[in-house]
Amino acid sequence: MASDPRELYQQVIIEHNRKPRNFGKLDPCTHHADGQNPLCGDELQLTLNIVDGRIEDIKFEGHGCAIDVASASLMTGAVKGKPVMEAEVMAEQFRRMVRGELDPATEANLLGKLSLFQGVKDLPVRVKCAVLPWATLHSALKGEATVSTE
Amino acid sequence: MSGPVLAPLDVAQIRKEFSLLCTPFHGKPLHYLDSAVSGQMPNAVIERMAHYQRFEHTNVHRGVSTLSQEATDRFEEAREKVRAFIHAPSAKQIIWTRGTTESLNLVAQSWGRANLKAGDEILLSAMEHHSNIVPWQMLATEKGASIKVIPMDDRGVLDLDSLDEMLTPRVRVLGITHVSNVLGTVNPLKEIIAAAHAKGVVVVVDGAQAVPHIAVDVMALDADFYAFSGHKLSGPTGVGVLYGKKELLESMPPWQGGGSMILSVSWEKTTFMGIPGKFEAGTPPIAEAIGLGAAIEYLNSIGLDRIAAHEHALLDYATKELNNIEGLRIIGTAPGKASVLSFVLDGIHPHDVGSILDHEGVVVRAGHHCAQPVMKRFDIPATTRASFAYFNDQADVDALVAAIHQVKDIFGADSFNSAEEQG
Repeated sequence: MASDPRELYQQVIIEHNRKPRNFGKLDPCTHHADGQNPLCGDELQLTLNIVDGRIEDIKFEGHGCAIDVASASLMTGAVKGKPVMEAEVMAEQFRRMVRGELDPATEANLLGKLSLFQGVKDLPVRVKCAVLPWATLHSALKGEATVSTE
Repeated sequence: MSGPVLAPLDVAQIRKEFSLLCTPFHGKPLHYLDSAVSGQMPNAVIERMAHYQRFEHTNVHRGVSTLSQEATDRFEEAREKVRAFIHAPSAKQIIWTRGTTESLNLVAQSWGRANLKAGDEILLSAMEHHSNIVPWQMLATEKGASIKVIPMDDRGVLDLDSLDEMLTPRVRVLGITHVSNVLGTVNPLKEIIAAAHAKGVVVVVDGAQAVPHIAVDVMALDADFYAFSGHKLSGPTGVGVLYGKKELLESMPPWQGGGSMILSVSWEKTTFMGIPGKFEAGTPPIAEAIGLGAAIEYLNSIGLDRIAAHEHALLDYATKELNNIEGLRIIGTAPGKASVLSFVLDGIHPHDVGSILDHEGVVVRAGHHCAQPVMKRFDIPATTRASFAYFNDQADVDALVAAIHQVKDIFGADSFNSAEEQG
Protein backbone atom coordinates (compact mmCIF):
# COMPACT_ATOMS: atom_id res chain seq x y z
CA MET A 1 0.00 0.00 0.00
CA ALA A 2 1.25 3.50 -0.76
CA SER A 3 2.34 5.55 2.22
CA ASP A 4 0.86 8.94 2.98
CA PRO A 5 1.86 11.22 0.09
CA ARG A 6 2.74 13.86 2.68
CA GLU A 7 5.82 11.77 3.48
CA LEU A 8 6.96 12.29 -0.07
CA TYR A 9 5.62 15.76 -0.77
CA GLN A 10 7.65 17.25 2.05
CA GLN A 11 8.21 20.98 2.31
CA VAL A 12 11.70 20.75 0.81
CA ILE A 13 10.36 19.06 -2.31
CA ILE A 14 7.42 21.45 -2.62
CA GLU A 15 9.78 24.37 -2.17
CA HIS A 16 12.34 23.15 -4.74
CA ASN A 17 9.51 22.57 -7.21
CA ARG A 18 8.31 26.10 -6.66
CA LYS A 19 11.74 27.68 -6.91
CA PRO A 20 14.08 25.28 -8.69
CA ARG A 21 17.81 25.89 -8.19
CA ASN A 22 20.25 25.85 -11.13
CA PHE A 23 17.42 26.33 -13.61
CA GLY A 24 18.66 27.41 -17.02
CA LYS A 25 21.21 26.54 -19.65
CA LEU A 26 25.01 26.66 -19.77
CA ASP A 27 26.26 28.01 -23.07
CA PRO A 28 28.88 26.95 -23.92
CA CYS A 29 28.98 23.63 -22.09
CA THR A 30 31.23 20.60 -22.24
CA HIS A 31 28.49 17.99 -21.69
CA HIS A 32 24.76 17.87 -22.27
CA ALA A 33 21.89 15.41 -22.53
CA ASP A 34 18.11 15.48 -22.98
CA GLY A 35 15.93 13.20 -20.90
CA GLN A 36 12.29 12.38 -21.31
CA ASN A 37 9.52 10.21 -19.97
CA PRO A 38 7.46 9.65 -23.12
CA LEU A 39 4.47 8.23 -21.27
CA CYS A 40 3.98 11.31 -19.11
CA GLY A 41 5.65 13.91 -21.30
CA ASP A 42 8.24 15.12 -18.78
CA GLU A 43 11.26 16.68 -20.48
CA LEU A 44 14.61 17.72 -19.09
CA GLN A 45 17.67 19.31 -20.67
CA LEU A 46 20.89 19.12 -18.71
CA THR A 47 24.03 21.16 -19.48
CA LEU A 48 27.34 20.73 -17.64
CA ASN A 49 30.84 22.12 -17.60
CA ILE A 50 33.32 19.47 -16.56
CA VAL A 51 36.89 20.53 -15.97
CA ASP A 52 39.63 18.09 -14.93
CA GLY A 53 37.11 15.39 -14.00
CA ARG A 54 35.08 17.72 -11.79
CA ILE A 55 31.57 19.13 -12.38
CA GLU A 56 32.27 22.85 -12.26
CA ASP A 57 28.73 23.88 -13.14
CA ILE A 58 25.43 22.26 -14.03
CA LYS A 59 22.00 23.59 -15.03
CA PHE A 60 18.70 22.11 -16.08
CA GLU A 61 15.68 23.20 -18.09
CA GLY A 62 12.42 21.51 -18.91
CA HIS A 63 9.06 20.77 -17.40
CA GLY A 64 7.60 18.00 -15.34
CA CYS A 65 5.90 17.10 -12.11
CA ALA A 66 7.04 18.27 -8.68
CA ILE A 67 9.00 15.08 -8.07
CA ASP A 68 10.87 15.49 -11.33
CA VAL A 69 11.60 19.21 -10.93
CA ALA A 70 12.58 18.94 -7.24
CA SER A 71 14.78 15.95 -8.01
CA ALA A 72 16.57 17.89 -10.76
CA SER A 73 16.92 20.94 -8.53
CA LEU A 74 18.35 18.97 -5.59
CA MET A 75 20.53 16.82 -7.85
CA THR A 76 22.20 19.77 -9.55
CA GLY A 77 22.93 21.28 -6.13
CA ALA A 78 24.31 17.99 -4.84
CA VAL A 79 26.70 17.21 -7.70
CA LYS A 80 27.95 20.72 -8.43
CA GLY A 81 31.66 20.87 -7.56
CA LYS A 82 31.90 17.09 -7.15
CA PRO A 83 34.24 14.77 -9.06
CA VAL A 84 32.47 12.97 -11.91
CA MET A 85 33.16 9.61 -10.28
CA GLU A 86 31.43 10.68 -7.09
CA ALA A 87 28.39 11.90 -9.07
CA GLU A 88 28.20 8.49 -10.76
CA VAL A 89 28.21 6.76 -7.37
CA MET A 90 25.44 9.08 -6.15
CA ALA A 91 23.39 8.39 -9.29
CA GLU A 92 23.61 4.66 -8.68
CA GLN A 93 22.82 4.99 -4.98
CA PHE A 94 19.85 7.27 -5.73
CA ARG A 95 18.50 4.79 -8.23
CA ARG A 96 18.80 1.96 -5.71
CA MET A 97 17.18 4.02 -2.95
CA VAL A 98 14.03 4.92 -4.89
CA ARG A 99 13.67 1.28 -5.89
CA GLY A 100 13.80 0.27 -2.24
CA GLU A 101 17.18 -1.48 -2.59
CA LEU A 102 19.14 0.94 -0.45
CA ASP A 103 18.02 2.18 2.96
CA PRO A 104 19.94 5.39 3.67
CA ALA A 105 19.44 4.83 7.40
CA THR A 106 21.42 1.58 7.43
CA GLU A 107 23.76 1.62 4.43
CA ALA A 108 26.65 4.04 4.01
CA ASN A 109 25.98 6.44 1.16
CA LEU A 110 26.75 9.84 -0.35
CA LEU A 111 23.12 10.92 -0.72
CA GLY A 112 22.79 13.38 2.17
CA LYS A 113 19.51 15.28 1.93
CA LEU A 114 18.65 13.48 -1.30
CA SER A 115 17.37 10.75 1.01
CA LEU A 116 14.23 12.93 1.12
CA PHE A 117 13.20 11.05 -2.00
CA GLN A 118 13.15 7.71 -0.24
CA GLY A 119 9.34 7.92 -0.03
CA VAL A 120 9.16 7.51 -3.82
CA LYS A 121 9.75 3.78 -3.36
CA ASP A 122 6.16 3.52 -2.09
CA LEU A 123 4.83 5.13 -5.28
CA PRO A 124 6.23 2.77 -7.94
CA VAL A 125 4.69 4.69 -10.84
CA ARG A 126 6.58 7.81 -9.75
CA VAL A 127 10.04 6.25 -9.51
CA LYS A 128 10.77 7.21 -13.10
CA CYS A 129 10.00 10.87 -12.29
CA ALA A 130 12.59 11.00 -9.50
CA VAL A 131 15.15 9.08 -11.55
CA LEU A 132 14.84 11.09 -14.80
CA PRO A 133 17.37 13.81 -13.81
CA TRP A 134 19.85 11.18 -12.62
CA ALA A 135 19.44 9.06 -15.75
CA THR A 136 19.97 12.20 -17.84
CA LEU A 137 23.08 13.05 -15.82
CA HIS A 138 24.40 9.56 -16.38
CA SER A 139 23.89 9.95 -20.14
CA ALA A 140 25.56 13.34 -20.21
CA LEU A 141 28.58 11.97 -18.36
CA LYS A 142 28.74 9.03 -20.76
CA GLY A 143 28.51 11.34 -23.75
CA GLU A 144 25.07 10.10 -24.86
CA ALA A 145 22.76 12.82 -26.11
CA THR A 146 19.34 11.48 -25.17
CA VAL A 147 17.82 9.18 -22.60
CA SER A 148 14.37 7.87 -21.92
CA THR A 149 13.43 6.30 -18.60
CA GLU A 150 10.51 4.33 -20.04
CA MET B 1 -33.96 18.51 -23.94
CA SER B 2 -37.39 17.20 -23.03
CA GLY B 3 -38.35 13.59 -23.13
CA PRO B 4 -39.96 10.90 -21.07
CA VAL B 5 -39.17 11.00 -17.36
CA LEU B 6 -36.61 8.27 -16.74
CA ALA B 7 -36.39 6.24 -13.55
CA PRO B 8 -33.20 7.20 -11.70
CA LEU B 9 -30.45 4.59 -11.39
CA ASP B 10 -30.09 2.66 -8.14
CA VAL B 11 -26.34 3.22 -7.95
CA ALA B 12 -25.93 1.43 -4.60
CA GLN B 13 -27.50 -1.68 -6.12
CA ILE B 14 -25.48 -1.41 -9.33
CA ARG B 15 -22.21 -1.13 -7.39
CA LYS B 16 -22.90 -4.43 -5.68
CA GLU B 17 -22.59 -6.05 -9.10
CA PHE B 18 -18.91 -4.98 -9.32
CA SER B 19 -16.57 -6.73 -6.88
CA LEU B 20 -13.84 -4.17 -7.46
CA LEU B 21 -16.10 -1.25 -6.55
CA CYS B 22 -16.94 -2.97 -3.26
CA THR B 23 -13.29 -3.50 -2.33
CA PRO B 24 -11.43 -0.90 -0.20
CA PHE B 25 -8.49 0.80 -1.84
CA HIS B 26 -5.63 1.99 0.40
CA GLY B 27 -8.08 1.23 3.22
CA LYS B 28 -10.63 3.69 1.82
CA PRO B 29 -13.72 3.33 -0.35
CA LEU B 30 -12.76 3.17 -4.03
CA HIS B 31 -13.95 6.12 -6.12
CA TYR B 32 -13.38 4.90 -9.66
CA LEU B 33 -13.53 7.98 -11.88
CA ASP B 34 -11.53 6.53 -14.73
CA SER B 35 -14.03 4.78 -16.98
CA ALA B 36 -12.72 6.74 -19.97
CA VAL B 37 -9.43 4.88 -19.63
CA SER B 38 -11.16 1.56 -19.13
CA GLY B 39 -14.59 0.65 -17.84
CA GLN B 40 -15.17 -1.84 -15.06
CA MET B 41 -16.79 -5.16 -15.87
CA PRO B 42 -19.89 -6.17 -13.91
CA ASN B 43 -19.67 -9.63 -12.37
CA ALA B 44 -22.26 -10.87 -14.87
CA VAL B 45 -19.81 -10.26 -17.72
CA ILE B 46 -16.89 -11.85 -15.87
CA GLU B 47 -19.04 -14.87 -15.04
CA ARG B 48 -20.27 -15.21 -18.61
CA MET B 49 -16.69 -15.33 -19.85
CA ALA B 50 -15.67 -17.77 -17.13
CA HIS B 51 -18.64 -20.00 -17.98
CA TYR B 52 -17.58 -20.03 -21.60
CA GLN B 53 -14.02 -20.94 -20.68
CA ARG B 54 -15.12 -23.66 -18.26
CA PHE B 55 -17.84 -25.36 -20.26
CA GLU B 56 -18.08 -24.11 -23.85
CA HIS B 57 -14.62 -23.41 -25.18
CA THR B 58 -12.96 -24.67 -28.29
CA ASN B 59 -11.95 -22.88 -31.46
CA VAL B 60 -14.65 -21.37 -33.67
CA HIS B 61 -15.39 -21.89 -37.35
CA ARG B 62 -13.39 -25.14 -37.26
CA GLY B 63 -14.21 -28.80 -37.26
CA VAL B 64 -17.45 -30.66 -37.04
CA SER B 65 -17.64 -31.25 -33.31
CA THR B 66 -20.75 -30.19 -31.46
CA LEU B 67 -18.53 -28.24 -29.09
CA SER B 68 -17.05 -26.26 -31.96
CA GLN B 69 -20.49 -25.58 -33.40
CA GLU B 70 -21.78 -24.34 -30.06
CA ALA B 71 -18.75 -22.13 -29.46
CA THR B 72 -19.26 -20.72 -32.96
CA ASP B 73 -22.93 -20.08 -32.23
CA ARG B 74 -22.15 -18.19 -29.01
CA PHE B 75 -19.45 -16.20 -30.83
CA GLU B 76 -21.77 -15.28 -33.69
CA GLU B 77 -24.59 -14.41 -31.29
CA ALA B 78 -22.23 -11.86 -29.74
CA ARG B 79 -21.66 -10.39 -33.21
CA GLU B 80 -25.40 -10.06 -33.63
CA LYS B 81 -25.67 -8.27 -30.26
CA VAL B 82 -23.07 -5.76 -31.44
CA ARG B 83 -24.95 -5.32 -34.72
CA ALA B 84 -28.18 -4.53 -32.90
CA PHE B 85 -26.36 -2.27 -30.43
CA ILE B 86 -25.09 0.09 -33.15
CA HIS B 87 -28.02 -0.52 -35.52
CA ALA B 88 -25.93 -1.92 -38.33
CA PRO B 89 -27.87 -3.48 -41.22
CA SER B 90 -26.05 -6.82 -41.13
CA ALA B 91 -23.86 -8.77 -38.70
CA LYS B 92 -21.53 -9.37 -41.65
CA GLN B 93 -20.55 -5.75 -41.34
CA ILE B 94 -19.28 -6.27 -37.78
CA ILE B 95 -15.61 -7.23 -37.79
CA TRP B 96 -13.93 -8.39 -34.59
CA THR B 97 -10.61 -6.74 -33.83
CA ARG B 98 -8.40 -6.36 -30.77
CA GLY B 99 -9.76 -2.88 -30.11
CA THR B 100 -10.35 0.56 -31.58
CA THR B 101 -6.66 0.96 -32.43
CA GLU B 102 -6.61 -2.21 -34.48
CA SER B 103 -9.90 -1.28 -36.16
CA LEU B 104 -8.50 2.07 -37.26
CA ASN B 105 -5.24 0.49 -38.42
CA LEU B 106 -7.26 -2.01 -40.42
CA VAL B 107 -9.04 0.80 -42.27
CA ALA B 108 -5.81 2.73 -42.90
CA GLN B 109 -3.87 -0.33 -44.02
CA SER B 110 -6.55 -2.01 -46.11
CA TRP B 111 -8.88 0.68 -47.44
CA GLY B 112 -6.29 3.44 -47.19
CA ARG B 113 -3.51 1.62 -48.98
CA ALA B 114 -5.84 0.67 -51.81
CA ASN B 115 -7.39 4.11 -52.22
CA LEU B 116 -4.81 6.78 -51.44
CA LYS B 117 -2.12 8.09 -53.75
CA ALA B 118 0.59 10.73 -53.72
CA GLY B 119 -0.80 14.23 -53.30
CA ASP B 120 -4.01 13.12 -51.59
CA GLU B 121 -5.09 14.69 -48.32
CA ILE B 122 -6.23 13.07 -45.10
CA LEU B 123 -8.42 15.32 -42.97
CA LEU B 124 -8.39 14.80 -39.20
CA SER B 125 -9.94 16.74 -36.35
CA ALA B 126 -7.80 18.63 -33.84
CA MET B 127 -9.11 16.46 -31.00
CA GLU B 128 -8.11 13.01 -32.23
CA HIS B 129 -6.58 10.33 -30.01
CA HIS B 130 -3.20 9.10 -31.22
CA SER B 131 -4.91 5.98 -32.54
CA ASN B 132 -6.73 8.05 -35.18
CA ILE B 133 -3.59 10.05 -36.02
CA VAL B 134 -0.62 7.72 -36.18
CA PRO B 135 -2.08 5.08 -38.56
CA TRP B 136 -2.89 7.91 -40.99
CA GLN B 137 0.56 9.45 -40.62
CA MET B 138 2.12 6.08 -41.41
CA LEU B 139 -0.10 5.79 -44.48
CA ALA B 140 0.62 9.39 -45.55
CA THR B 141 4.36 8.75 -45.35
CA GLU B 142 4.04 5.58 -47.39
CA LYS B 143 1.85 7.16 -50.06
CA GLY B 144 3.19 10.70 -50.20
CA ALA B 145 -0.15 12.03 -48.95
CA SER B 146 -0.53 14.89 -46.47
CA ILE B 147 -2.55 15.45 -43.30
CA LYS B 148 -4.75 18.49 -42.65
CA VAL B 149 -6.36 19.31 -39.33
CA ILE B 150 -9.81 20.80 -38.62
CA PRO B 151 -9.16 23.37 -35.87
CA MET B 152 -11.15 23.79 -32.66
CA ASP B 153 -11.89 26.73 -30.37
CA ASP B 154 -11.01 27.24 -26.71
CA ARG B 155 -14.10 25.32 -25.57
CA GLY B 156 -13.09 22.29 -27.58
CA VAL B 157 -15.66 22.80 -30.33
CA LEU B 158 -14.59 22.06 -33.90
CA ASP B 159 -14.60 24.98 -36.32
CA LEU B 160 -17.07 23.58 -38.80
CA ASP B 161 -17.26 26.85 -40.71
CA SER B 162 -13.89 25.89 -42.16
CA LEU B 163 -14.96 22.33 -42.95
CA ASP B 164 -16.32 22.95 -46.44
CA GLU B 165 -13.20 24.83 -47.38
CA MET B 166 -10.98 22.08 -45.98
CA LEU B 167 -12.82 19.38 -47.92
CA THR B 168 -10.77 20.06 -51.04
CA PRO B 169 -10.90 17.78 -54.08
CA ARG B 170 -7.68 16.21 -52.79
CA VAL B 171 -9.24 14.93 -49.57
CA ARG B 172 -9.95 11.19 -49.69
CA VAL B 173 -10.76 10.46 -46.08
CA LEU B 174 -11.88 12.20 -42.89
CA GLY B 175 -10.90 10.68 -39.54
CA ILE B 176 -12.95 11.99 -36.66
CA THR B 177 -13.73 11.06 -33.09
CA HIS B 178 -17.37 10.88 -32.04
CA VAL B 179 -16.55 11.93 -28.46
CA SER B 180 -13.23 13.48 -27.40
CA ASN B 181 -11.46 11.40 -24.76
CA VAL B 182 -9.91 14.54 -23.22
CA LEU B 183 -12.53 17.25 -23.71
CA GLY B 184 -15.76 15.25 -23.69
CA THR B 185 -16.90 17.13 -26.80
CA VAL B 186 -19.62 15.29 -28.73
CA ASN B 187 -19.02 16.12 -32.37
CA PRO B 188 -22.07 16.76 -34.61
CA LEU B 189 -21.25 13.71 -36.72
CA LYS B 190 -24.36 13.65 -38.84
CA GLU B 191 -23.71 17.13 -40.15
CA ILE B 192 -19.97 16.49 -40.59
CA ILE B 193 -20.50 13.19 -42.40
CA ALA B 194 -23.09 14.74 -44.72
CA ALA B 195 -20.64 17.54 -45.61
CA ALA B 196 -17.88 15.00 -46.27
CA HIS B 197 -20.13 12.78 -48.37
CA ALA B 198 -21.20 15.76 -50.45
CA LYS B 199 -17.54 15.91 -51.53
CA GLY B 200 -17.15 12.16 -51.93
CA VAL B 201 -14.99 11.81 -48.82
CA VAL B 202 -15.03 8.59 -46.78
CA VAL B 203 -15.51 9.12 -43.02
CA VAL B 204 -13.80 6.95 -40.39
CA VAL B 205 -15.23 7.43 -36.90
CA ASP B 206 -13.39 6.67 -33.65
CA GLY B 207 -16.32 5.70 -31.43
CA ALA B 208 -14.31 4.45 -28.44
CA GLN B 209 -15.53 7.15 -26.06
CA ALA B 210 -19.00 7.46 -27.56
CA VAL B 211 -20.42 3.97 -27.18
CA PRO B 212 -20.51 4.01 -23.35
CA HIS B 213 -22.50 7.28 -23.31
CA ILE B 214 -24.55 7.60 -26.50
CA ALA B 215 -26.94 5.27 -28.29
CA VAL B 216 -25.08 4.94 -31.59
CA ASP B 217 -26.93 4.40 -34.86
CA VAL B 218 -24.41 3.95 -37.67
CA MET B 219 -27.15 4.04 -40.30
CA ALA B 220 -28.60 7.32 -39.07
CA LEU B 221 -25.08 8.79 -38.89
CA ASP B 222 -24.32 7.36 -42.33
CA ALA B 223 -20.78 6.55 -41.07
CA ASP B 224 -18.57 4.70 -43.53
CA PHE B 225 -16.50 3.10 -40.77
CA TYR B 226 -17.13 3.11 -37.03
CA ALA B 227 -14.59 1.70 -34.55
CA PHE B 228 -14.82 0.97 -30.82
CA SER B 229 -13.41 -1.18 -28.03
CA GLY B 230 -14.98 -3.70 -25.66
CA HIS B 231 -13.25 -2.48 -22.53
CA LYS B 232 -14.69 1.04 -22.64
CA LEU B 233 -18.13 -0.55 -22.77
CA SER B 234 -18.07 -2.58 -19.53
CA GLY B 235 -16.59 -5.46 -21.48
CA PRO B 236 -13.13 -7.03 -21.52
CA THR B 237 -9.89 -5.83 -23.07
CA GLY B 238 -8.59 -7.59 -26.17
CA VAL B 239 -11.75 -7.26 -28.25
CA GLY B 240 -12.98 -4.43 -30.42
CA VAL B 241 -15.21 -3.80 -33.37
CA LEU B 242 -14.97 -2.32 -36.81
CA TYR B 243 -18.24 -1.55 -38.54
CA GLY B 244 -18.05 -0.71 -42.22
CA LYS B 245 -20.41 -0.12 -45.10
CA LYS B 246 -20.90 -3.31 -47.05
CA GLU B 247 -19.68 -2.07 -50.41
CA LEU B 248 -16.56 -0.57 -48.83
CA LEU B 249 -15.70 -3.69 -46.85
CA GLU B 250 -16.29 -5.90 -49.87
CA SER B 251 -14.06 -3.75 -52.06
CA MET B 252 -11.17 -3.83 -49.58
CA PRO B 253 -8.26 -6.26 -49.78
CA PRO B 254 -7.65 -8.49 -46.75
CA TRP B 255 -5.35 -7.00 -44.13
CA GLN B 256 -3.78 -9.94 -42.32
CA GLY B 257 -3.48 -13.35 -43.88
CA GLY B 258 -3.80 -16.73 -42.22
CA GLY B 259 -6.30 -19.34 -41.16
CA SER B 260 -10.05 -18.63 -41.05
CA MET B 261 -9.96 -15.89 -43.68
CA ILE B 262 -9.60 -18.12 -46.75
CA LEU B 263 -11.86 -20.22 -48.95
CA SER B 264 -9.01 -22.25 -50.39
CA VAL B 265 -5.24 -22.14 -50.43
CA SER B 266 -2.87 -23.70 -52.92
CA TRP B 267 0.73 -22.87 -53.76
CA GLU B 268 -0.51 -21.06 -56.82
CA LYS B 269 -3.43 -19.08 -55.47
CA THR B 270 -5.50 -18.31 -52.40
CA THR B 271 -9.11 -17.25 -52.48
CA PHE B 272 -10.53 -15.31 -49.58
CA MET B 273 -13.69 -15.47 -47.53
CA GLY B 274 -16.32 -12.79 -47.91
CA ILE B 275 -16.97 -10.31 -45.11
CA PRO B 276 -16.46 -10.43 -42.19
CA GLY B 277 -14.23 -13.53 -42.37
CA LYS B 278 -11.86 -11.89 -44.85
CA PHE B 279 -10.69 -9.56 -42.08
CA GLU B 280 -10.50 -12.08 -39.26
CA ALA B 281 -7.32 -14.08 -39.79
CA GLY B 282 -6.35 -16.49 -37.05
CA THR B 283 -8.15 -17.47 -33.87
CA PRO B 284 -10.28 -14.54 -32.69
CA PRO B 285 -10.77 -13.38 -29.08
CA ILE B 286 -13.71 -15.72 -28.50
CA ALA B 287 -14.34 -15.40 -24.77
CA GLU B 288 -13.82 -11.65 -25.07
CA ALA B 289 -16.35 -11.33 -27.89
CA ILE B 290 -18.87 -13.30 -25.85
CA GLY B 291 -18.03 -11.08 -22.87
CA LEU B 292 -18.65 -7.98 -24.96
CA GLY B 293 -22.02 -9.42 -25.97
CA ALA B 294 -22.82 -9.92 -22.29
CA ALA B 295 -21.72 -6.34 -21.50
CA ILE B 296 -24.09 -5.00 -24.15
CA GLU B 297 -26.92 -7.03 -22.63
CA TYR B 298 -26.04 -5.66 -19.22
CA LEU B 299 -26.06 -2.04 -20.44
CA ASN B 300 -29.32 -2.62 -22.29
CA SER B 301 -30.85 -4.02 -19.10
CA ILE B 302 -30.11 -0.70 -17.36
CA GLY B 303 -31.02 1.35 -20.43
CA LEU B 304 -28.68 3.62 -22.36
CA ASP B 305 -31.07 6.56 -22.02
CA ARG B 306 -31.13 6.21 -18.23
CA ILE B 307 -27.33 5.90 -18.20
CA ALA B 308 -26.96 9.05 -20.30
CA ALA B 309 -29.37 11.02 -18.06
CA HIS B 310 -27.55 9.87 -14.92
CA GLU B 311 -24.13 10.74 -16.30
CA HIS B 312 -25.24 14.17 -17.47
CA ALA B 313 -26.67 15.01 -14.07
CA LEU B 314 -23.44 13.88 -12.43
CA LEU B 315 -21.34 15.85 -14.91
CA ASP B 316 -23.38 18.99 -14.20
CA TYR B 317 -22.89 18.52 -10.47
CA ALA B 318 -19.15 17.86 -10.82
CA THR B 319 -18.68 20.82 -13.17
CA LYS B 320 -20.38 23.13 -10.68
CA GLU B 321 -18.32 21.79 -7.77
CA LEU B 322 -15.00 21.97 -9.61
CA ASN B 323 -15.70 25.47 -10.86
CA ASN B 324 -15.92 26.52 -7.20
CA ILE B 325 -12.30 25.49 -6.59
CA GLU B 326 -9.95 28.44 -6.84
CA GLY B 327 -7.07 27.94 -9.28
CA LEU B 328 -8.81 25.09 -11.09
CA ARG B 329 -9.54 25.35 -14.80
CA ILE B 330 -11.71 22.89 -16.70
CA ILE B 331 -10.32 21.95 -20.12
CA GLY B 332 -13.17 21.22 -22.51
CA THR B 333 -16.40 23.16 -22.07
CA ALA B 334 -18.33 22.29 -25.22
CA PRO B 335 -22.11 22.45 -24.84
CA GLY B 336 -23.72 19.03 -24.45
CA LYS B 337 -20.40 17.31 -23.71
CA ALA B 338 -20.12 13.76 -22.42
CA SER B 339 -19.19 12.90 -18.82
CA VAL B 340 -15.45 13.45 -19.17
CA LEU B 341 -13.99 16.22 -17.04
CA SER B 342 -10.40 17.30 -17.63
CA PHE B 343 -8.86 20.00 -15.46
CA VAL B 344 -5.61 21.67 -14.51
CA LEU B 345 -4.61 23.25 -11.20
CA ASP B 346 -2.43 26.36 -11.34
CA GLY B 347 1.17 25.57 -10.50
CA ILE B 348 0.58 21.87 -9.76
CA HIS B 349 1.46 19.18 -12.26
CA PRO B 350 -1.34 16.67 -13.00
CA HIS B 351 0.89 13.74 -12.06
CA ASP B 352 1.29 15.13 -8.57
CA VAL B 353 -2.47 15.66 -8.44
CA GLY B 354 -3.04 12.08 -9.59
CA SER B 355 -0.71 10.58 -6.98
CA ILE B 356 -2.36 12.43 -4.11
CA LEU B 357 -5.87 11.63 -5.38
CA ASP B 358 -4.85 8.00 -5.64
CA HIS B 359 -3.97 7.93 -1.96
CA GLU B 360 -7.46 9.22 -1.18
CA GLY B 361 -8.96 6.31 -3.11
CA VAL B 362 -9.91 8.57 -6.04
CA VAL B 363 -8.79 6.94 -9.27
CA VAL B 364 -8.42 9.36 -12.19
CA ARG B 365 -6.15 9.62 -15.20
CA ALA B 366 -3.34 12.14 -15.17
CA GLY B 367 -1.36 12.64 -18.33
CA HIS B 368 -1.67 13.56 -21.97
CA HIS B 369 -4.37 10.94 -22.58
CA CYS B 370 -2.74 9.79 -25.83
CA ALA B 371 -3.77 13.13 -27.30
CA GLN B 372 -0.61 15.23 -27.30
CA PRO B 373 -1.85 17.56 -30.06
CA VAL B 374 -4.83 18.43 -27.81
CA MET B 375 -2.42 19.25 -24.96
CA LYS B 376 -0.43 21.47 -27.31
CA ARG B 377 -3.60 23.20 -28.54
CA PHE B 378 -4.40 24.19 -24.94
CA ASP B 379 -0.73 24.86 -24.14
CA ILE B 380 -0.60 22.45 -21.21
CA PRO B 381 1.63 19.40 -20.64
CA ALA B 382 -1.13 17.22 -19.27
CA THR B 383 -4.47 17.26 -17.49
CA THR B 384 -6.11 15.41 -14.66
CA ARG B 385 -9.23 13.72 -16.00
CA ALA B 386 -12.21 12.40 -14.09
CA SER B 387 -14.74 10.42 -16.09
CA PHE B 388 -18.16 9.37 -14.83
CA ALA B 389 -20.07 6.17 -15.47
CA TYR B 390 -23.41 4.73 -14.45
CA PHE B 391 -21.94 3.31 -11.22
CA ASN B 392 -20.70 6.69 -9.99
CA ASP B 393 -22.67 9.02 -7.76
CA GLN B 394 -22.37 12.36 -5.98
CA ALA B 395 -20.27 10.78 -3.21
CA ASP B 396 -17.59 10.05 -5.81
CA VAL B 397 -17.64 13.69 -6.92
CA ASP B 398 -17.49 14.86 -3.29
CA ALA B 399 -14.48 12.58 -2.69
CA LEU B 400 -12.82 14.06 -5.77
CA VAL B 401 -13.43 17.60 -4.57
CA ALA B 402 -12.14 16.81 -1.05
CA ALA B 403 -9.01 15.19 -2.50
CA ILE B 404 -8.34 18.22 -4.73
CA HIS B 405 -8.47 20.37 -1.59
CA GLN B 406 -5.90 17.99 -0.05
CA VAL B 407 -3.64 18.55 -3.05
CA LYS B 408 -3.93 22.30 -2.65
CA ASP B 409 -3.23 21.99 1.04
CA ILE B 410 -0.08 19.89 0.47
CA PHE B 411 1.22 22.21 -2.21
CA GLY B 412 0.44 25.33 -0.22
CA ALA B 413 -1.76 28.22 -1.14
CA ASP B 414 0.96 30.20 -2.91
CA SER B 415 1.58 27.43 -5.45
CA PHE B 416 -1.01 29.26 -7.43
CA ASN B 417 1.26 32.07 -8.46
CA SER B 418 4.42 30.08 -8.81
CA ALA B 419 4.23 28.75 -12.33
CA GLU B 420 6.22 31.65 -13.72
CA GLU B 421 8.93 31.59 -11.10
CA GLN B 422 10.94 28.75 -12.56
CA GLY B 423 14.28 30.07 -13.70
